[in-house]
This record gives sequence, C-alpha cells and structure tokens, in this order.
Amino acid sequence: MARLDALTGNECAAQAARLCRVDTVVGYPITPQSSVVESIAAMVANGKMSSKFITPESEHSVMSILKGAGMMGERVFTATSGQGLAYMYEPYFSMSTARIPMVMALATREMISPVTVWSGMQDAHSVRDAGWIHLYAADNQEILDSIIQGYLIAEHPDVIIPVHVCYDGFYLSHQTAEVVVPDQEAVDAFLPPCALTQMLDVNDPAMVDSNTPGDLMMEYREDHLASMRRALDVVAEVDAAFAAGFGRSHAGLLETYRVDDAEEIVVTIGAMSGTAKDAVDAARAKGRSVGLIRVRCLRPFPAKALGALLAGRKAVGVVDRSVSFGWSAGIVYQETLAALGLAGIAVPTLSAIGGLGGADIREEHLARVLDLIHDCALAGRSRQDAVWMNHELLSAQRR
Amino acid sequence: MSDVTELIHQYLRHNKKFPHVFCPGCGHGIVLGSLIRSVHELALSKDEVVLVAGIGCSGRIAVYVDFNTVHTTHGRALTFATGIKMANPDLKVIALMGDGDAFSIGGNHLIHAARRNIGVTALVLNNSIYGMTGGQSSATTPKGAVSQTAPFGHLEKSFDLVKLASAAGANGVSRGTVFHVNMLDRLIAEAVSRPGFNLVEIMSPCFTQYGRKNKFKSAVDMFKWLKTETSPLESWEQLPPEEKAKRLPIGTFLAGQEPGLEVLYGNLRDDLAAKEQPR
Repeated sequence: MARLDALTGNECAAQAARLCRVDTVVGYPITPQSSVVESIAAMVANGKMSSKFITPESEHSVMSILKGAGMMGERVFTATSGQGLAYMYEPYFSMSTARIPMVMALATREMISPVTVWSGMQDAHSVRDAGWIHLYAADNQEILDSIIQGYLIAEHPDVIIPVHVCYDGFYLSHQTAEVVVPDQEAVDAFLPPCALTQMLDVNDPAMVDSNTPGDLMMEYREDHLASMRRALDVVAEVDAAFAAGFGRSHAGLLETYRVDDAEEIVVTIGAMSGTAKDAVDAARAKGRSVGLIRVRCLRPFPAKALGALLAGRKAVGVVDRSVSFGWSAGIVYQETLAALGLAGIAVPTLSAIGGLGGADIREEHLARVLDLIHDCALAGRSRQDAVWMNHELLSAQRR
Repeated sequence: MSDVTELIHQYLRHNKKFPHVFCPGCGHGIVLGSLIRSVHELALSKDEVVLVAGIGCSGRIAVYVDFNTVHTTHGRALTFATGIKMANPDLKVIALMGDGDAFSIGGNHLIHAARRNIGVTALVLNNSIYGMTGGQSSATTPKGAVSQTAPFGHLEKSFDLVKLASAAGANGVSRGTVFHVNMLDRLIAEAVSRPGFNLVEIMSPCFTQYGRKNKFKSAVDMFKWLKTETSPLESWEQLPPEEKAKRLPIGTFLAGQEPGLEVLYGNLRDDLAAKEQPR
C-alpha cells in the first residue's frame, strides 16, 4: 500500500531514487541539495536501499563516475545545485551527448557573483541547451513522481536522453509537505528493471567518444534533436501512464489553470505556480479574465502546444526566476516568445523577473504582475523592459 | 599578546558583520584571532593584505576581517590568489581555506600552487569534515571516522597535508592547532613573511559535525585531544616509531627561502626589457 508521509522535497528525491532501484548513487555535498544524498546515505546504511554509494572529491568527479557507471549499463542517480552544476558542466554535457539516460535531481540555486546559496533558477536555465530533458516540479509530490517518470522517459528506446528534475531550492527542497509514497511493487510494475545497453563490453570491444569529424558530429546532433522531438510525446505519454497507474497526473508538458475563457495569460514555472494560482483566483474574483500556464517541461520545449494555448489571447506575461543577460528579460519569457513567433501569433507580452537569490515571490507581487499584463492588453503593446518583482514594484502599486 | 579588543576594532568589521556564524566550540574564531595578531605583529597595513577565502565555514573569515577580501568558489581560492599575487607582487596574499576546500575539491590547485612556489600563504583550517554542508566525509576525514556519509566508518585514507605540500614543492610547511595559540601566531607570522608558497595546516575542531559522531563528549574534549595527542616536532622526532605513529607532530617542517614565482617572473621581464634593442 502507498503510504502518506510528511517529507521535504529533498527527501522526496531520495525516496524516488530508492523506489527506482538505482544501481549507483554518487554524491557531493552542496546547499541546498545536500540532504538528498545524505538521506540516500542513511537508507543505504540502514539496508533500506541496496545501491552503491560513492563520495568523491568534487561534482566534476561525481558526473564523471556516473558516466563510467552509465557506460557499464547501470541505472545511476545524483543530485546537485548551483555552483555544483556549473562545476560538473563538462561531464554533464557529455552525459547527454553520449546518450547515457540517467536522472539527476536539482535543488535550484542562484548563480554567483555576488555569493549566494539561496534559491533561483539561473543554474538550471543556464544549462538548458546541454542536451538533457528538463522537468520542473511545482510541489514535493511532483518531485517524487517526476523522478520515477524520469527513468521511464530517459530509458525509453525512442529517447535515451538523461532527465533533469529541477525544483526550487529551499522553497521545495527544505519545505515539508504531505506526500504519497508509492509502494515498491507499484513502482516496479510501472518502471521495469534497468536494461540499458552496456557500452563497454570485453566481448564486443568499442571505443567511446573517439575524435569525431564534423559531418559525423552533425549526424550525432541531428539524431539527438530527433530523439528530443520524440521525447515531447514520451513525456506526455509517461505522465498519462503514471496517472493511470497511480491516480495522479502532473500535466505532462504544460499545466493549465482557468485558461479556457481567459483573455490574459500568465506563464510560470516551478513552485511559484501555486501562489500564482491564488493570484489568478483573486483577479478572477475581481472580474478579470485571466488564466495560468505552468511550464513543466522546459527541454524539449513544447513550443507547438504552448503556441496553440496562447492563440487568441489579449496579453501574455511570463514570470521568471532567472535572467537572460543581453535580452533584458527572463529565460522562460524568451522561450515563450519563440513559441509565439513559431505559431505566428502577435500578442502583447511582458517579462517579469523575481525570486532571485532567495527573494520571495509573494501573491502581492504576482497580483501586481497580473495588473501589468492587463495594462499591456489595454494598451495593445508589449512592455519593453522587464518588470522586477521587488519592493519597488509594490511601492509603485501603493503610490 | 596584544590587547585583543584594540585589535578587533582595528582589523575586524566589528560593527557590521557580527555576531559570527561559528558554532560553540568551533576553532575558527581562534584562527581569526591568530591571523589579526600576526598581521599586527608584522606591522602590515590593512591595505597591503589580501585575504582570499574559499567556500565553507572558514570562508566566513573573509567577511569579518577588514582587509581586501574575496569570497571565491569552492576549492579555487589559490587560483584567484595566484592571479592577485602575479598582478601585484607587493601585496601579502593569504588564501584561507578549509580542508574540504583546499584538499578535496581544490586539491589539484594546491599541489600546483606549491609546485610553482607562488608567493601566497595558504592557511588550511582542518576540521576533518565538510562542516557547513552537514558533516560529510572529506579528503582529510580519518580512516574509520564516522560521518554523515560514512555511518560505518570512513573506508578511505586521509591526506597528510604536511607531507603532501612538502612533496609538492612548497617553500614553507607548518602545522599548528587552535589549542597552541602562541605557536599558531608565530607560525602564521613566519609563513606570511617567508618568500614563495607557504602552507600552514591548522587543526581546528568541529564538535557539531565531527566531534559528536566520533566519541568526543564535548568541544573541550576535542581541545584536550589537541593538547595531549600532539607533540612539538623536535620532541616528536626523538620518539620511537610506534609512538610517532600515534602522535601528531606540530611546528615548522620546511622553511625554504627560495624566491616565489612572481619574483622570478618579474626578474625575467626586467632582464628581457633591458636586452631590448632601441629601434
């Protein structure tokens, strides 16, 4: 029987790794992820988890060891944050381009400088083009479920791409919430044992990662892109299959909330989405026609599906916990613009940036953003500069 | 020993950055005291000292001292320090790191800083554990010690920092503890004054993350351990081999006087400039 528990987001990630029967976990401590690998260390020590557990000297070594184990056909797992992800970028990129389908949890963290250990999505968003599938969880239950789904997506024969399950550092990683922990039999029925190809095999010797000329390199990349395209379907299918097996869905690629008749849309990602739904409800109560779309899958980007959802609206605003230097806007905003462009939709847009370095995104911030989206709709034109969701935004409102 | 309150006002950001974050029983505050006494003893101006810190509990010291300070990335303090020293060799550049910082994630930089003998003083605050992140094993966690990631005892051997830095080519190598404070003041002052690369390993207990898991009843117990289980190098050398293995030698192990890389490089540039023919 599934059991109801009270778990932090990090504990959810650790429980998911246990339920997925991963062969090897490699961990290096970094805030705010550390308690993921600590929980795993405790479960391995207590005999509740049979994985090997390796503690090397750096994140670069973590991902390199995982690549070694992955090439041997193992199902592997780790978790990191911020600077740790930046330090492992070299093997991180080659994990996806070598097509080793692992799952990694990321408790997101702002990037330095100046120094911070707090929340933000700059770490994850900065590696969005490194060839991994990126899922963003909105609550603790979704962290646990997305990691289980993640292995099925990653190891799907049409995909074979690693999956990054990202969740807001501290807001989800350290917050305790009610979570349904599925039983092992149910997960085993959903996720078959790891049957990955062993790249390194003494009976069939091969060289992995030899120096590759451009034409052949482009074939590799073309194949990777084609698999990414297929992954769009697989992410949605796996969530649907999960819903059938476990009785709860996480909306596949994009979650929608009160969008059917909405003239104005706010696009969100991650844990802020719950607060944003409250802001949408409050705006609706005042008679405003507004709805919400949450991006769950950032890579591959569901541009077509998002474009279809945004057709016929009067204004679209996007809230980011990251910045795109040189665009004076947030990163999910850019992605949304691309989806609108691809769909040939001309609609007033707005980029709002908040929650950097652990700043709160409160309902009043989001309410103000909804007001500004409404202003865009009335004016019939986009806002050129990003809206900063800080106290100035709120004091402007009070004036 | 100089008047402490006076030094605190002179060298610390005492009215901005305190209270400090160190746990009760932590040795890092004692190192901070030693550091400012050494700088005072050497009559250095605050503006000619650069303190480059890494990530971890020890990294907070860069926040507290009123020198030029940089809080860098995990394990990389020595690389930033190398750039600063090469840019302005007149500065006294001190890289202050933890053991996780200097010998685990940043071990590669440490051996190369020692090998190229860059004129930087490396202070390594060794508490045998990753303290700030919650007590995971580091490269200096003793074999057999219990940690958050080694509940049955650490299986790996730990680095001997003194031997490692010596073998890698450091000019000066010493080891002190936060119990032997007068000695520590002297070791730091000597390391900062000596040319080339100088490393001081400082045994600084972490009761919160290490001591409690490893049969120390209190922080005081850990300080007692530093008192009873260490020997000054001179007397340690007289011990029979089986006693040597049990005790930790403290003092100065190497005190070379070779000029640092920045000096050799500056001389080379001057020589080449002098040889340049007028057009």
